Amino acid sequence: MSLVMPEPDRSVLARRQAIVAALSAIVPGEGVIAAERAMRPYESDGLTAYRQLPMVVVLPETTDQVSRVLRYCHEHGVKVVPRGAGTSLSGGALPLADGVLLGMAKFNRIREIDFDNRVVVAEPGVTNLAVTDAVANAGFYYAPDPSSQIACTIGGNVAENSGGVHCLKYGMTSNNVLGCELVLMTGEVIRLGGKHLDAGGYDLLGVINGSEGLLGVVTEITVRILKKPECARALLVGFPSSEAAGECVSRIIGAGIIPGGMEMMDRPAIHAVEEFVHAGYPLDVEALLIVELDGPQAEVDHLIARVDAIARDCGAATCRVSHSEEERLLFWAGRKAAFPAVGRISPDYYCMDGTIPRARLPQVLARMRELSEKYQLRVANVFHAGDGNLHPLILYDANKPGELERTEAFGAEILKLCVAVGGVLTGEHGVGVEKRDLMPTMFSEVDLNQQQRLKCAFDDKGLLNPGKVFPKLHRCAELGRMHVHAGRVAFPDIPRF
Amino acid sequence: MSDVLKSRDAKDVEAAVQWALAGGRALEVVGHGSKRAVGRPSQTDLTLDLSGLSGVTLYEPEELVLSARAGTPIAEIEALVAAKNQQLAFEPMDYGPLLGGLANRGTLGGVLATNISGPRRIKAGAARDHFLGFVAVSGRGESFKSGGRVVKNVTGYDLCKLMAGSWGTLAVLTDVTIKTLPRPETEATVVVLGLDDAAAMRAMAAAMRSSCEVSGAAHLPAGVAAATPLGQAVATGRALTMLRLEGVAPSVAHRKAGLLAALQPFGEAGAIDDTVSRGLWRAVRDAAPFTASRSGVEEPLWRISTAPANGAELARLIARAGEAQVMYDWAGGLLWVALTPSNDAGAAVVRRAVAASGGHATLVRAPASVRAAVAVFEPPDAALGALSKRVKDSFDPKGVLNPGRMWAGV
Repeated sequence: MSLVMPEPDRSVLARRQAIVAALSAIVPGEGVIAAERAMRPYESDGLTAYRQLPMVVVLPETTDQVSRVLRYCHEHGVKVVPRGAGTSLSGGALPLADGVLLGMAKFNRIREIDFDNRVVVAEPGVTNLAVTDAVANAGFYYAPDPSSQIACTIGGNVAENSGGVHCLKYGMTSNNVLGCELVLMTGEVIRLGGKHLDAGGYDLLGVINGSEGLLGVVTEITVRILKKPECARALLVGFPSSEAAGECVSRIIGAGIIPGGMEMMDRPAIHAVEEFVHAGYPLDVEALLIVELDGPQAEVDHLIARVDAIARDCGAATCRVSHSEEERLLFWAGRKAAFPAVGRISPDYYCMDGTIPRARLPQVLARMRELSEKYQLRVANVFHAGDGNLHPLILYDANKPGELERTEAFGAEILKLCVAVGGVLTGEHGVGVEKRDLMPTMFSEVDLNQQQRLKCAFDDKGLLNPGKVFPKLHRCAELGRMHVHAGRVAFPDIPRF
Repeated sequence: MSDVLKSRDAKDVEAAVQWALAGGRALEVVGHGSKRAVGRPSQTDLTLDLSGLSGVTLYEPEELVLSARAGTPIAEIEALVAAKNQQLAFEPMDYGPLLGGLANRGTLGGVLATNISGPRRIKAGAARDHFLGFVAVSGRGESFKSGGRVVKNVTGYDLCKLMAGSWGTLAVLTDVTIKTLPRPETEATVVVLGLDDAAAMRAMAAAMRSSCEVSGAAHLPAGVAAATPLGQAVATGRALTMLRLEGVAPSVAHRKAGLLAALQPFGEAGAIDDTVSRGLWRAVRDAAPFTASRSGVEEPLWRISTAPANGAELARLIARAGEAQVMYDWAGGLLWVALTPSNDAGAAVVRRAVAASGGHATLVRAPASVRAAVAVFEPPDAALGALSKRVKDSFDPKGVLNPGRMWAGV
């Protein structure tokens, strides 16, 4: 593997015994794991190509313990990697050899359900789906629904600003989180937001969302919940070309319709899925679109008819409308099984996550076919069509020498392509270690230094999850330096009034 | 009044900040200046006027994105997207008349920097939720960018959120990209007349708990409802509780029937259609009952965000101490509170009430002498205050940009 992580600090490793003892005094009993075999499950997250045993695993149960662990680590110069369920697809929770792996799994209680204010207060280790389950009996749900929602935690969702198939209409995590309790690396505990909207000062909550565990450790989260739509119906539309499918998506949005979900698959993905799930997907099309409308029955029926007309106008080869809940779920069954379906036809697959301006999709798919030839690796595409978030799945075999490296190179070219057409490196999976070294394709050194200065405001010693997101680490003192030419700057040559 | 420097492009902004850095000077950053009376009065050496950085640089309705120079008039943007049947879903309010200025002024950069929203905040979010990317000049005099031009992006820290609501104290926005969304085909408003504040909170909560997808929930006590001609015409001297429904016609009709039924237990409910509904919500959006032309620029006006269920109780705590005019938006979660002029603009009472109920309060309007003497923005506790100061320093270490506008020393 080509990944280079920060050089382990030998002075820290030499103090391992003392560090483990000190942490055991803070988190008693089985909350500190130091035996190699017991630490093994923590050596990687959802990006399994990268593995590293941590120095020690700590599983705190209270905010006070988190605060004391962080304060100890801050005082003693020990790095910390926070972890939720470990479902990150970008290596955000990859441990460090000289770092504490801070697992938040024991923060697994829902603290409050408040229908009057339509919020749920949960601990970060609660799974995404458990939030919805807790309020489903009253007809409510939590909108962001990453495909790992059975396993992924709400704390991890905050760290990654997770999305899901419904985020075009209902927003990402950051649009649905109202407050959190945050422990800084110094051990200070602060509260951001609450049951009310917006911040009274700087929107630090907005920055915590998607900060990939580099700014603080969240110990409580307040999310807004929504009333479940009265009904949902879906259309399954096949197109002879990705251009036609893209045109259909544009015209749906152009007609003022924001579907609850709008997903596209290319031919290789359709075939892999149909062989696995037998959802009845058409096999003689180049692109398949699932469009879901949700809301009151009258609205859904009205919009289904309009989308149906648009699809036919765009040259749809096949178009089916769901007439029952079973049929709707069957349409989705294939899409939801896309990753395992691809996993079935290949020993390994690598899931990418870029976003592009949607109109560039045909161009990007064409170039991807060329790259597929060049690297001699197959690729299948699933696409959150409404928001341009593309998930190419590169099929490879890790047991064949050189194939992982070729896959990584192919993946990097795809992401550079996304940036080149006006898109971004990651739409919802995060930068982590995976896209860290690609950051300079999107950001200049000035841009990245400014981001790192913000990190310094939260974590002056750079101890929280270092080696993630930023390709080059700088000391805070170095980043803070200013080159001011005192007295030598002329008054700007600008019109003055 | 300091001199005004009118920048033509980002290079001019960089030059101005570098000049200020070199001489240890401070800049007041303004677009149209429509909100410049909000915040602590700060001592600046020069006003940096961004209204020359104007023009839409990209608008792709089908991609739901628009990019523009930060000084582009918000009115121009709204007209442009309306022509394509789109809107800024966060419904930015117009501060102008509230602060004694003209209506329909303000720039896109100003709207984003102050994280403005409107009644649709409860459904669609605020400016922060629609802010996709920017280029800005930091207090270090360097241009930097964050975000992008696509609606889904988690590459690097989401600095758009941090810029939104920073009131020009961290960096000077020069180019911005926002999300645009389709404009609803039609709208209707269900009204209940004559509810007291506590009953109105319950009625709004019932509406929000229904599946009617309410996109605005406001309550105007009788005196406040009567302050605008449209409010007076609809409420006829009574309190006015309003719930907005937007969408395609068959959906609005269906939900209107559902909401009328759900609100029957609270009192006499009726419905108002499209045109009047739009006018009413514009008045709520702009806090029209409290415009300076009605109450004078000296009358203190507070904007308070709290948990919706606590709205009426918070208002009661404030009113206990003296006369208060209150308008509720966001289903009770947003309070506009007008108080009679006093040395502290009622700050002691308001801060105590907010501390008890949760949330935050901003003194939106008060004489400059009062804004210099009391906290305008919610005072943070020690740890959060120190963190906010470090965040400020990470962008603007020498305090060049709007120093002290939000808090002393920040």
